[in-house]
Amino acid sequence: MSKDIFVVIEQRNNKVQGVGLELIGEATRLNADLKEQVVAVLLGGDVKGEVDKLYHYGADKVILVEDPMLKDFATEPYTKALTAVCKEFEPEIMLFGASSIGRDVAPRLASRIKTGLVADCTGLRMAKEQEELDREVACGCTDPERALLMTRPTFGGNLMATLMCPRTKPQMATVRPGVMKKIAKDTTRKGELIEFKVDFVPEDMNIEILEVVKSEKKAVDLTEAKLIVSGGRGVGGPEGFGIIRDLAKALGAEVGSSRACVDAGWIEKDRQVGQTGKTVRPDLYVACGISGAIQHVAGMENSGFIVAINKNEAAPIFQVADLGIVADLKVIVPKLTEAVNKFNESKTAQ
Amino acid sequence: MKIVVCIKQVPDTTGGVVKVDPVTGTLRRDLMPTIINHDDKTGIEAALQLREKIGGTVTVVTMGPPQADVALREALAMGADEAVLVSGREFGGSDTYATSGILAGALQKIGYDIIITGRQAIDGDTAQVGPQLAEKLGVPQVSYVEEVIDAKPEAITVKRQFEDGYHIIRIKTPCLLTAIAELAEPRYMTVSGIVDAYEKDIQVIGFEDIKDLIEVEWIGLKGSPTNIYKSFTKDLKGAGTILKDLSAEKFVEAIIEKLDEKHII
Repeated sequence: MSKDIFVVIEQRNNKVQGVGLELIGEATRLNADLKEQVVAVLLGGDVKGEVDKLYHYGADKVILVEDPMLKDFATEPYTKALTAVCKEFEPEIMLFGASSIGRDVAPRLASRIKTGLVADCTGLRMAKEQEELDREVACGCTDPERALLMTRPTFGGNLMATLMCPRTKPQMATVRPGVMKKIAKDTTRKGELIEFKVDFVPEDMNIEILEVVKSEKKAVDLTEAKLIVSGGRGVGGPEGFGIIRDLAKALGAEVGSSRACVDAGWIEKDRQVGQTGKTVRPDLYVACGISGAIQHVAGMENSGFIVAINKNEAAPIFQVADLGIVADLKVIVPKLTEAVNKFNESKTAQ
Repeated sequence: MKIVVCIKQVPDTTGGVVKVDPVTGTLRRDLMPTIINHDDKTGIEAALQLREKIGGTVTVVTMGPPQADVALREALAMGADEAVLVSGREFGGSDTYATSGILAGALQKIGYDIIITGRQAIDGDTAQVGPQLAEKLGVPQVSYVEEVIDAKPEAITVKRQFEDGYHIIRIKTPCLLTAIAELAEPRYMTVSGIVDAYEKDIQVIGFEDIKDLIEVEWIGLKGSPTNIYKSFTKDLKGAGTILKDLSAEKFVEAIIEKLDEKHII
């Protein structure tokens, strides 16, 4: 019976997505306590070429399920394949990226194999403290030293909850992209490949995918950005993002946004920071005209240095700002852009 | 054609006001105003539009305490035909697995052709109940639906959002769809709708009504596979420097100085 930590690797267009590598990193850290193996599960139509990469980032073993039915994501074939994997290998823990794929298939799977699932986690650890072990036992857990504690934000990030799954296995969680850290890539690392066959029947494809469209524009990945300049409702309209873009350009930063502007159609959705958007942790986050709704703050408060520019002194954003500027962004931002450009020029001139 | 929308009454956190009991770390729902969860309201609108296209009725279902009938009345005032409240002491403390099992029992009882749920609720933020409900009922699902492209009684064609694009998917009924904000702009209640809403009866489904349809050992706090170990509020980081009443030049100078000091520029 296997008691390993499984990571379901997300792939799109036969390419492994970053969140899968982050989860292998986190599984490796958990495994320092559990002392089993880190197993990556890779599903797809033609994805064998990605297997080595999973070893390089820390997987001890890769379970590869290849089938034409797994080429594009569809709930039922993916659920069926993962159900078969769980039945055959009996994972102790199973982690998914909390993406639009992970959050579709993981609940379906958890329901089918009758186990608990914790959504959108930002912290994972093995139970260790006596209080934690006792509580697991009190809730019916028979092997508390193998119990996973899963921490997640709720109520838009204002309240944190730590959950456990004491009586059923695998202990399953979806994990927010951009939160866990990859381990350093080691191209000399090797692992064991298990090619696993699933007996699909045509009826397993219970939806008809008529069209697969990739956005022409590559979606912006704010989770990877080192510097972010974000605009909120205070920019006043879609054209208000002009000065935000200018500042971002001067700094070499990405442009971010609050949900309000995305909802209003002022800027593309992939720029949204916060709940149902992204959790970012750049070195610098400049919040311009953002009031600081809890969802937004939850998405950016771990940034290295936060500058907030807002006319309203009472705006909640100032509570998380390292430097707060109570002023009109429309006056400050263009002057700041000018000053940054000047600073850069003087630096290159030296 | 019976279109069923599952909705949830949630605390309104849009003002940024979340009341937490400082001792227990749990939410003081009683101190906060409630609303229909945003994605669920989108689901109601999408159901009403589907009814306009393919006929049939729209039934709203919620699981919650008796006070959740306010959310159902609002849905009726928007134009839903029927409302069902799933309520009982036995259901309290259910996680998403248990909740989906109970809802599945209720839906088997009332019948369904198309089920719409919001993608996720703003209080729990799990996005799990929709897919778990579909699994319990054994119907196919499409989540993250951002557009209904075509609807016929036997099948619906939808646009399913991904982070890097979309799929156009045809799904046969009966099926379950989860709605995201882009799917529809919820209509307002009408005055006559509000009057009608308070004249309609709300069907209440309790434990006794569905106990033969559900796995009774998998409901409520005790039957939920996940349990809360603890909940707590995040420590706010210490306040930084707040500058005000300076000239624009001084403000900019202060920012540049900091960015330089932190080696950001």
